[in-house]
This record gives sequence, C-alpha cells and structure tokens, in this order.
Amino acid sequence: MLEIRDLQAGAGERRILNGIDLVVNPGEVHAVMGPNGSGKSTLAGALAGRDGIEVTGGSATFKGQDLLDLDPEVRAREGLFLAFQYPVEIPGVNNAYLLKAALNEVRKHRGEPELDAMDFMTLARKRMSLLDMDDALLNRPVNDGFSGGEKKRNEIFQLAVLEPSLAILDETDSGLDIDALKTVAAGVNAMRSPERSLIVVTHYQRLLHYIVPDFVHVLYRGRIVKSGGKELALELEEKGYGWLDAEPAAATA
Amino acid sequence: MSTAIQTVEELANQEYKYGFVTDVETDAIPVGLNEGVIELISAKKDEPKWLLDWRLNAFRAWSKMTEPAWHNVRYPPVDYQAISYYAAPKKKAQLDSLDEVDPEIRATFDKLGISLDEQKRLSGVAVDAVFDSVSVATTFKDTLANLGIIFCSFSEAVRDHPELVRRYLGSVVPHTDNFFAALNSAVFSDGSFAYIPKGVKCPMELSTYFRINAANTGQFERTLLVADEGAEVSYLEGCTAPRRDENQLHAAVVELVALDDATIKYSTVQNWYPGDKDGRGGIYNFVTKRGKAFANAKVTWTQVETGSAITWKYPSCILQGDHAVGEFYSVAVTNNRQQADTGTKMVHLGRNTRSTIVSKGISAGHGQNTYRGLVRIGKGARGARNFSQCDSLLIGDRCGAHTFPYLEVKNTSSQVEHEASTSKIGEDQIFYCRQRGLSTEDAVNLIVNGFCKEVFRELPMEFAVEAQKLLGVSLEGSVG
Repeated sequence: MLEIRDLQAGAGERRILNGIDLVVNPGEVHAVMGPNGSGKSTLAGALAGRDGIEVTGGSATFKGQDLLDLDPEVRAREGLFLAFQYPVEIPGVNNAYLLKAALNEVRKHRGEPELDAMDFMTLARKRMSLLDMDDALLNRPVNDGFSGGEKKRNEIFQLAVLEPSLAILDETDSGLDIDALKTVAAGVNAMRSPERSLIVVTHYQRLLHYIVPDFVHVLYRGRIVKSGGKELALELEEKGYGWLDAEPAAATA
Repeated sequence: MSTAIQTVEELANQEYKYGFVTDVETDAIPVGLNEGVIELISAKKDEPKWLLDWRLNAFRAWSKMTEPAWHNVRYPPVDYQAISYYAAPKKKAQLDSLDEVDPEIRATFDKLGISLDEQKRLSGVAVDAVFDSVSVATTFKDTLANLGIIFCSFSEAVRDHPELVRRYLGSVVPHTDNFFAALNSAVFSDGSFAYIPKGVKCPMELSTYFRINAANTGQFERTLLVADEGAEVSYLEGCTAPRRDENQLHAAVVELVALDDATIKYSTVQNWYPGDKDGRGGIYNFVTKRGKAFANAKVTWTQVETGSAITWKYPSCILQGDHAVGEFYSVAVTNNRQQADTGTKMVHLGRNTRSTIVSKGISAGHGQNTYRGLVRIGKGARGARNFSQCDSLLIGDRCGAHTFPYLEVKNTSSQVEHEASTSKIGEDQIFYCRQRGLSTEDAVNLIVNGFCKEVFRELPMEFAVEAQKLLGVSLEGSVG
C-alpha cells in the first residue's frame, strides 16, 4: 500500500523530517505517536502534498506509484485521505455539495459513473448514521460554525463517504470529549477492512483504546525511534516521552 | 456542483468564447456627433417629430455636460467625435418568419447558443434578439399579444404605440439625468420595449440578447418596461460581444415603471469583452438603469457582471409609493485589468418602503472592484427600512476591493442596516478541497459560487447556470 523510504522534509529553512522509513500493508492500522514538534503533522502533510512542506529527500510509493510526484488532488483520487487536525472552514459552500463533488471526482478517476443528487444523499445519510451526526450538518457551510467535535466527526464522515484505501488521521482525537471520541472511533472502526489501511497520528494513547493499532511507531525529532505492537502505546503512556532523550540515536538503527 | 464543475472544465481552456465577428454588411453613419447626425438617425428610423425634439434637447443638454470623474475607475479620454453613432444590418426588410433572417446572423445566434427556433419550440422564452442595435426577429409575439402584452423593439414601439412611449420615455431617467444617459437619449438606435397590462402576469420570461458587432460602433440601447397596475413580469438581459482590440463604448439606458401593485424583476448577465490580460481593448460599459415603484409595487434588479474593461453602473430604485419594495442583488467580477464601479441607489420617498441590497464583489489579477451605494430616506418616508450587505472576495494579492456606502436618512422612524465583509480565498481552503480530490480551478469555482449563491438564487434557473459558467471563465487562471 505505502512504502516510505528515508523521507526527509522541511518547511522553509527548517528541517523537520530526518529520514522516515515506514511500510504500511493493506488492512493494517499504524499509530504514529510523538511529542509536540516531533514532525507528526509534517509527515501527514508531506504524504498529502500540502503546500509549504518541501520534500528534500527519500521516496514514498503509494500503490506502486511515486506518490511524491502526484498533485494533491490526484493523490486524493487515488485513495489517499487526510483527516485534518484543523478542518478548514469554507463559508458559503454547502457541506454536501463539496462532498458530492469530491466523491464524483474519485469515481470519475476510477472510471465509475458519477452519482446523482438522489443517490448521493442516500449514501450520505447511511454514512451519517455511523457517526451519530445531525442531518442538518449536511446542508451547512463546510465546517463553518461547527463545534470542534462536529468538525472532527465531519472529517470521519467524509472518510466514510469517500472510502479511501489509505486514511491518515491527524490528531483526530484532539478537542474531543470522551463520548465524541467513542463515536468517532466507532465510525473509524466501521470503516476498517482488509483492503483499507490507516495511519493514526496522535499524542495520546486514549484514542488507541478505541482504534486498536497493529503497529505503533514513536516519532521523535523527525525520526521513528521506536516501533512495536499496541503495547508500546501503553508503555509510552506510562513513561511519557521524556525517556526518549536518554536513548536518542539508539533506536534509529 | 458537479455540473458547474464540468462546465468550468469544458470552458477552462477557452479565452473569450464569444470573440468572433460576423461578416454582415453594415449600414453605418460616418463618425462624429452633431445635430445633423441626430436628425439623420431619427430620419433613418422614420421617427415622429416629438421624438426628434426629445433627442435634440438631450443632445443640447449633453453638449453642456462634462464627463463624470468621481468614479473609482481610470481610462484614457474617450473621443466622442470619433465614434459612429448608428449601425444596422443592411438587410432590414420586415420578416414574416425566422427563415427569412440572414443566415450569417442565424449562425451567430447559434454560436451564442440561442438558436431562435429552438428557443421558440422548447424553452418558453420569447427572445427579442437585438443584433447591432436593430431587432432582427421577435418570437412569441402571438402568445403575448393574446394577453395584451406588448414586447417589441423600441423602434416598433415608437411606430405602433407612440402614446405609451411618449408617456413613459424619460419618466424615470430624464434626458438630462447624467452625461451618459443624455448621450444615449440623443443617439439611441434601438432597444426593447415591453408593456404588461393591468393585472396581467406575464406567463414567460422576457429575454433580450445584445451584441455589438460592427467595429467602431458605439452601442446605445434603450429599454423601457412598463408594468401596469397589478402586473407582473420577469425580464432577462444577457450580453456577449465579439472581441475587438480598440475600446468600444456602451452607454445604455433602462427605465422600469412599476405602477401600483406591479412587480418587475430585471436580471442581467453582462459579459462584454473585458480586454486582454494586459488591459488592451474591452468594452466601456457606462449604463444608467433605474426603476420607479409606485404604491405596493416591487422592483428587483439582479445582475451578474463579469465582462467589460470598465463597468460604471448603478441599477437603482425610486420607491415612490407607500409600501414599495426595491431589491438589488449583484455579483461583480474583475480579473486581469478590469475595473468596476457599481452599486445601487435606493431612494425612499413613500412611507414604509423597504429595500434590500446584497452586493458581492470578486477581485482577481489586477482587478479593481468598487461598490458604491446610496440609501436615501426622505422626510416623508416614515417607517422606511433598508438592509445592505456588501461582501468582497479577493483572489491573489494584486487586486483591490473598495466600498463606498452612502446613507442619508431624513426622518427618525426609519431603520437602516449595513453589513460589510472582506475575505480572501485562503491557500488552506484550496488545499482542503484538493485533498478531497478537486482541482485548484474547481476549488476556486466552488468557493466563488458559494460566495455568490445569495445572488444566484435570485436568478431564473437557466440564467443561474450561465452565470456560474461565466464566473468560471472570468476567473480562469486567477490562482496558481
């Protein structure tokens, strides 16, 4: 699905990622954890092709293609989805409108017929029920005036409609209370399948109670310094990230 | 949305789609303006003496006026003596059917997508097609005639309904109103006329397509719409012009008269040639549009202005009668080197009159977009209310948006509200859309259409679709 080799990236003069290696196979759920400023969001942004993040070295292959060579919209149409840490507000643009346009771009790319408004609404309603979302959100402007929790649900709702092959969740748990967290996690879990991979980027272990990962990676100073199974997340919770300073270069080997 | 996106994609690689020139013999008067030229125009059109006198009065008034300079647009001085003030297709014999229309002209209409016979058969829209100032063909006349509705070219109206024309011509925009209106009054070549009798609801949208064709020919249209007591009408005006390198002057006048309890809805999509990327060429669009609403009457202006190098236009409402309503919904786009100074005047005279202004200005490239609006509430307009909303959207960092709202309130029982906002299409908004699979261009169109939707929903359906297309074409290449 995704193979990242020695990925280096930065923003402006600043180097943030110092050589990331990560292989994600179909159906796997990988958690990427790390303290503030470790490069988690930069990694997500580099994979999605965000402006301002410059890849300076290494490679990323997505479904056999050179991911870094593709425009952001082509990455999306190929099935790479990013659930934003800070979903963007677009006043005036109807939520359903954007999502229908997005879905039809994906379908066109796959050579499938476009959905008309009726079929789209049927699908959208079905997916909304997964997330216990208020129907009214469909007809409101994209993220405009949404609460923090509504924005995050909306991201996962989009994921559920677009059915990507690889979804990157960038701190989807931040700003969610425990009930919302459970709902969002249930929505994500409902989308798990042998063909779909997930990269869950988070500070905290608590999300991983609900979305149980197959692998956990610790990102620190732009490198993955430790990888392990789900128990690694628990260890991090217990010890915090401070101990990483004690054994800096050791884990990169 | 997907339709809008598709159409934008289809149109994306075209420059100015309507930039073609039809090869038809044109009967033009030599350049220059004096009383002799006005007499010649009037004679060519076989006009009655009262109309010639009216034109001459306007000309004399115009000769003493100076061109306005208060607007926020810049252009080199216009040499009014270097313009030819009349052009008409040479074959202008009366036609019995559409088949007799000059094939060249028919082809032009086909390119514009307004094949007359198709419109006649399918769309239920009566088209008074104005081609270089003279009406070529008018459809649906019979259906309308059965209801007593008159819809014809201005010249025909002068010939067949002189009493109506004489009564209302200049009653809303006097021949001395302003520099451009006075010029139009002196030299107007043709235009449209409609009269809806008492209590009649016009069963179809009345529609006119304008087109400038001959080089070096100014376009001076005159439109007069009268809705008698309790009548209702919706009128569509759409403009496209072929591309030209030299500037062309367009000074139209539109007068609307809504008598007691009448409703007039006037919608415009304006797409005159805007000039090239560097500001060469393009139409100077200096237009005077005004409606007068008597008791309980309603006048609504909806405009989508995407074209012209320079737009100078303030569709206005005089709310003369008690409980009269005026509305103005506008989208104005300036890209590249386009400049627009546009807005409205709402003049409240009657009691409990109400007005609404929704203006959306979009600037891209080096475009300069100015909203200029006046809300004047007279002493006697007790209980009057106005709501104004002026929003500006900036694309890129070399364009400008300006807002000049003027409020004059002369009594204490009236309410005036004004809201304004300026926003910019953010990189993060575009990236968000791209991450969901939309191209940059589609993302911009999605955001722009969202910004404009309060205005678009006031447009008749088929016009709304056209307006979205035009926006896509107009803003092409404005991002990234």
